[in-house]
Amino acid sequence: MLEGRLAVNKTYKLYIAGAFPRSESGRSYPVRTADGTHLANAALASRKDVREAVAAARAAQPKWARATAYNRGQILYRIAEMLEERSAQFAEQVARCEGLAGTEAVLVVSASVDRLVYYAGWSDKVAQVAGAANPVAGPYFNFSLPGPTGVIGIIAPPDSSLLGLVSVLAPVIVTGNTAVVLASEERPLPAVTFAEVLATSDVPGGVVNLLTGRLAELAPVLAAHRDVDGLDLCGVAEQDAAALERAAADNVKRVLRAERSPEWEHRPSPRRMLHFVEIKTVWHPIGA
Amino acid sequence: MGTAGDQLRVVTSGEAAPGQAPSAALAEVTSSEMTLRRFLAGLPGVDQVGAEQRAAALATRSIKARAKTWAIDTAISMVDLTTLEGADTPGKVHALCMKAVRPDPEDARVPPVAAVCVYPDLVGVAKAALGSLPVKVASVATAFPSGRASRAVKLADVRDALEAGADEVDMVIDRGAFLAGHYGQVLEEVQAVKAACGAAHLKVILETGELATYDNVRRASWTAMLAGADFIKTSTGKVVPASTLPVGLVMLEAVRDFAATTGRLVGVKFAGGIRTTKDAIRYLVLANEVAGEAWLEPDLLRLGASSLLNDLLMQRRKQQSGAYAGSQDLSVE
Repeated sequence: MLEGRLAVNKTYKLYIAGAFPRSESGRSYPVRTADGTHLANAALASRKDVREAVAAARAAQPKWARATAYNRGQILYRIAEMLEERSAQFAEQVARCEGLAGTEAVLVVSASVDRLVYYAGWSDKVAQVAGAANPVAGPYFNFSLPGPTGVIGIIAPPDSSLLGLVSVLAPVIVTGNTAVVLASEERPLPAVTFAEVLATSDVPGGVVNLLTGRLAELAPVLAAHRDVDGLDLCGVAEQDAAALERAAADNVKRVLRAERSPEWEHRPSPRRMLHFVEIKTVWHPIGA
Repeated sequence: MGTAGDQLRVVTSGEAAPGQAPSAALAEVTSSEMTLRRFLAGLPGVDQVGAEQRAAALATRSIKARAKTWAIDTAISMVDLTTLEGADTPGKVHALCMKAVRPDPEDARVPPVAAVCVYPDLVGVAKAALGSLPVKVASVATAFPSGRASRAVKLADVRDALEAGADEVDMVIDRGAFLAGHYGQVLEEVQAVKAACGAAHLKVILETGELATYDNVRRASWTAMLAGADFIKTSTGKVVPASTLPVGLVMLEAVRDFAATTGRLVGVKFAGGIRTTKDAIRYLVLANEVAGEAWLEPDLLRLGASSLLNDLLMQRRKQQSGAYAGSQDLSVE
């Protein structure tokens, strides 16, 4: 480094509609490492940022759902490629934020890449597992097919800032949903950097929108928003979940309750994906 | 920035006489092409930077809580719910009329909109649907949106709309004639349409997006008002840019100065490109600050829009329930 060179620090911003705006409120909050050292300031999103993010997710949803399953899979695979390429940067950031040793952090990033590849592979297979050709008493084909639920609000896991985030986000978007993600409140930096990966991976703007800030402020707004169709409460403490579920009931959102301290390193399951799909059944005359 | 009113007082060399319309001096203005041209050329030029700055400054005003609730309801009552598509069907117009009467089916306290605005051939459908309900039927006419037809055809278009029962007529000015400097021709045409309208309200569309300069907007506004327009309207909605805040500012100044001179209050209708509650409230602020509080009612201020109404209703629901409303909870025409 040059002698006496000024430090150029990164501004951690939100990710809404494919752009990186500051919070509408202009606020930010300090982010610290696991042992309390100041790392950076992150944007402190407001309820209006939630509104903007939901509007962006809603606008992007029909086109994302219309994309072919193959195309969505390719894009998820592309995210994995981009993440792999920046794995050193992520390993360092995850290590500092979560207080992991270097080798552990490298494993976490590799697992995140593998998680994306896993769900990318599911994109054109999910209909074969969750769908069916139903036998009916008449001259008809009768198919049940999973389609996206719509706009899903995700409260990302508080501890696992990258692997946890990827593990809840990928199964939501692979089926054609769009997402508004509230990143880990204490460890938001890997999520913001991950948004940069999304922005360079052919993911259309608005498909994933990522906010950083106080859960207590943002989660109730997201849960009550009538333009959100589903809610993943993964990162919510058990005592707070009931209130959010009540708020979500107003427009009958699908709600996925938090699991008891999930082990993100374990083998993923397709169940997360199947929670935010709607089964559509179509009848078609056989003819002849 | 000198106002047109100041200048007019010089022209009329006397006090403005409220209630006496049009004043004798203005009658003189419209007496010949030359006097009109001299009058319009004598209007002070618009300070472009100043107008844009003032419009931008007023747009930053924050309207919250109870004031916002009031503004939303006021804006709803000023909406001219519009459908001007080649694909308009009687069914769509009927649905639009039902929405105009009861914008939010879940809340009867939401006021009806001011009017529905349709093409002349669908006025009958709208009138049949609305009957004696408190929503007016406005019809575009005079070869809308281009205005490229002979005067006989334009007047026939107006008569058509009126015979079908239109309460209000939205005419377009001949922008070609205006830009060529034939102000007298524009004036005569508006006068002719006004005469054909009789009791029906006449809104004159200036199509400001095609007028090129703010000075032209000011001149066109005065021409329309001198010819007897009840409303001056920004745009057809078919040309980009449609309604913008600085153009709104210039037009509101014109109606204010016209009122100061003649005592006659002319309405303003903003149309085209107004999609969000925020946009609508900005126009309300502008009208209040530039023209005055008297203009904050549907008889003098209208918002021509189609998708705006749903956003107003969503914001209203947000005000009521505290939760952001869903875009899919409302009907889309």
